[in-house]
Amino acid sequence: MITALDKIEAANLACERGGRVVFRDLQFSLPHGAALSLEGANGAGKTSALRIVAGLLSPSAGDIIFRGSDKNITDGEERGRFVAWLGHLDGIKNQLTVRENAQFFAALYPSTGDVGKILERVGLARAQNLPAQYLSAGQRRRLALARLVLSNRPLWLLDEPLAALDAAGKALIAELMNAHCVAGGMVLAATHDPLGIDAERLSVGAP
Amino acid sequence: MSPARALLRRDITLAFRAGGGAMLAVAFFGTIAALVPLGVGADLPLLGRIAGGILWVAAALAALLSLDRLFQADFEDGGLDLIALSPLSLEAAAGLKILAHWLTTGLPLTLISPLLGLFFNLPSEGYAALIGGLAMGTPALSAVGAIGAALTLSVRRGGLILALIVLPLVTPAVIFGAGAVLTALEGGGTGAILLLAAFSLGAVVLSPFAAAAAVRLNLAG
Repeated sequence: MITALDKIEAANLACERGGRVVFRDLQFSLPHGAALSLEGANGAGKTSALRIVAGLLSPSAGDIIFRGSDKNITDGEERGRFVAWLGHLDGIKNQLTVRENAQFFAALYPSTGDVGKILERVGLARAQNLPAQYLSAGQRRRLALARLVLSNRPLWLLDEPLAALDAAGKALIAELMNAHCVAGGMVLAATHDPLGIDAERLSVGAP
Repeated sequence: MSPARALLRRDITLAFRAGGGAMLAVAFFGTIAALVPLGVGADLPLLGRIAGGILWVAAALAALLSLDRLFQADFEDGGLDLIALSPLSLEAAAGLKILAHWLTTGLPLTLISPLLGLFFNLPSEGYAALIGGLAMGTPALSAVGAIGAALTLSVRRGGLILALIVLPLVTPAVIFGAGAVLTALEGGGTGAILLLAAFSLGAVVLSPFAAAAAVRLNLAG
């Protein structure tokens, strides 16, 4: 399904926030079909690293290259077009129903996925006409997961994906990540807990 | 549905849901227009002369009401990251947000303005200039306002700073808009309305770029 990217490489990445060096010399290489988990203490720069990969933040040094089958992409904004993002903030509008939220994301990232089916898959079928305001933290997370699947992007950037999820939710996200990798996608996750799938581990931050 | 239509439709839907600013701006506009004649008194010729000026100032203030949430709501809930990663450029997203803001504030204000003209006993020669002027000038309020909204998007309670940034920048619209109504009453030409249209066009073309640049700075900050 997703073959647009062969490999992602980060070389000598460094990040400075407010004059303080958060991390430096971060290197990794993520081939398609693989997952990588970024680990580190609070404040080690996991979220910043993900934002840098997505092109939302500029690194103070280093390069990121998305290697495609026909060309290499280095420009931040172009890189963003290959990214599906799951952050601390979920971007879900309280005033819209679950279904309206999902439909908006499906249309924004033009997706051919069936919104109803994907909501069913993440366990929100019965809540789909509920305003998102009434969702629990775990249900909001599930809606954000539906967005990942809908976005049809090769690289999933996940910031603490397991937060607020129950055991079934953790199993669900592991299943979704697995399916994504099998289809040739990539997962880069910042996490404190084991992801539940085969993933290389990389430590971020000062040694 | 294309990404652009999806964003436009969502912003318009949100403006009409709880906490959206669409009806609020119209109600505010109407309230000012109802209060001023009560404050000024029953001097009908005077009210007719000041109608254009008061309605234009009221329109500028009403447009400000919902501007501070234009980018901030999406910034606070993480939606702006998702928009930045979407196929839409930030410039296009800013342009669509300006359009959605105008459709939910500027356009209703324009449509309700003839009724408010009656409150002021505006002579019949003035209506074309009032309605036409608002139709042409309110896009400038949304567009220039978007620059202020993007600059202040990471400032909590940035509404007042927003007003201080935006109101001086929209004075040309207020001057030409009110001036157009006044010249129409005096049987003058269409110079003011043409200047208003020029200001509006310039603002609509340039502001998506300025707003997108400010959003980019805030996202990276």
